[in-house]
Amino acid sequence: MRDVSIVGIGQIPVREHWARSLQVMGADAVRLALQDAGVERPGALYVGNMLSGQISGQENLGALVADHAGLRGIEALKVEAACASGAAALRVGYIAVASGLHDAVVVCGVEKMTDALVDETTAALVSAADAVYEGEQGVSFVALNALLMQRYMHEYGYTRDAFAGFAVNAHRNALHNPNAMFRRAVTAEAFHRSKMIASPVSLLDSSAIADGAAAVVLTPTELARAHGMRAVRIAASAAATDSVALHERDEPLALAAARQSALGAYAQAGCKPADIDFAELHDAFTIMTALSLEACGFAERGEGARLAMVDAITPAGRIPISTMGGLKARGHPVGATGLYQAVEATLQLRGEAGDNQIAGCRIGLVQNIGGSGANVITHILERVGH
Amino acid sequence: MRNASYWRTGPQRMSLMGEVCPHCHAKLFPPRDVCPKCGAPAREAYQFSGRGTVYSFSTLYSAPLGWAEYAPYVVALVKLEEGPLVTAQLTDVAPTEVAIGMPVEMVTRKMRAEGESGLIQYGYKFRPLLQEAAAHP
Repeated sequence: MRDVSIVGIGQIPVREHWARSLQVMGADAVRLALQDAGVERPGALYVGNMLSGQISGQENLGALVADHAGLRGIEALKVEAACASGAAALRVGYIAVASGLHDAVVVCGVEKMTDALVDETTAALVSAADAVYEGEQGVSFVALNALLMQRYMHEYGYTRDAFAGFAVNAHRNALHNPNAMFRRAVTAEAFHRSKMIASPVSLLDSSAIADGAAAVVLTPTELARAHGMRAVRIAASAAATDSVALHERDEPLALAAARQSALGAYAQAGCKPADIDFAELHDAFTIMTALSLEACGFAERGEGARLAMVDAITPAGRIPISTMGGLKARGHPVGATGLYQAVEATLQLRGEAGDNQIAGCRIGLVQNIGGSGANVITHILERVGH
Repeated sequence: MRNASYWRTGPQRMSLMGEVCPHCHAKLFPPRDVCPKCGAPAREAYQFSGRGTVYSFSTLYSAPLGWAEYAPYVVALVKLEEGPLVTAQLTDVAPTEVAIGMPVEMVTRKMRAEGESGLIQYGYKFRPLLQEAAAHP
């Protein structure tokens, strides 16, 4: 296997992009990434996306985005793994370059969620869960997270206010990210008063429905060095699965696939949680942040929420997370999220994160979670010295 | 829900019919034909009692398309007395009265109607265990 690096990044702001179509957003991100890398024609395009069939009535995204990006003719396909579709596409691109099949690929994540009404999009998101035994019981995707949060609070003795720090940190970090959807601070008081969506999950526990696209260009690290490209190494790429339905897990709060993919990533990169300088976790809901912190080994079981209470997750803390706003405040256009995470981690490791720069960072961990924990993909990115 | 899927899943949705693994004796709901515990084929039907306790719960205020008219409603993870967890709505109880650990029992109820001329769907919900039934099991 060849060592693989990210040599180009592109993103469009996360917004409600009513004027821009799915393919236009995807093509924009692809062209920005290719431009950043100085690559004209990659060997392949992999598109991470979850909802295009349901919301836009559009599939076949590989060919569609390739064509609109001016890449007609190249190998291109869509990769789907619910909310982890972005990281899944990144992993496919990684495999394609590591295997020696391609010397340069572009990976794009794109999601158009605002072409449907909120209840339609809410219904579409439930397709990440078991259609009959969760969806047809009237459960929303938010409610699955609520079931986890309620149980977590019960088992470990937290009130919902304990989770406020996650939202406060994410929103504060988004203030200086021009691509973030919510560039405004929130307070613990606002969190406390926030409207319930599915108790105990409130609006400020949750990431919003949004449109967005982000992309990266991958080449072998050796090739990047030879051409003097700005490279960030993919030190690890590891994926794991669990049951799609939450109720089919022996320990719903254990998030076993997140644990397994994190351990796989640490093993591949030859590092441990204490070596990680910052993490972009799947903070779609505050409970997922807590569980992901635990699964990645940054906190013991039941202690994840405590990290938000003691400022361990802020830019100056022990394990900074959501450094550009995270899913909560940068926004969570589901299939694009994994690529936004990779782009932001690359900015940090290149030292180009501006006001949000984590000083001296060398290694970042990125975890993208599909469904309520069914498909989890973890990447570890590392700065490459020249 | 598609008609064929509704018909195919009838026994499990109407009466909590699951499976038991003949090898490791795990009780499985929903039925899935391959035991997730030991990997062996498991196609033996097993009738669950329908009794369990609330493992976790949530009141939905913002519901998916097709469910909005029923909101707010309570969904729960119910721990069946035979072992499995099941996701289901709670019924015959006020949201404020639900607590983790509460004993519940399965009832067959209307889930939703798909418009004026569409399918009326039935399935399982759970209600607080009736005192009389609890006294004379």
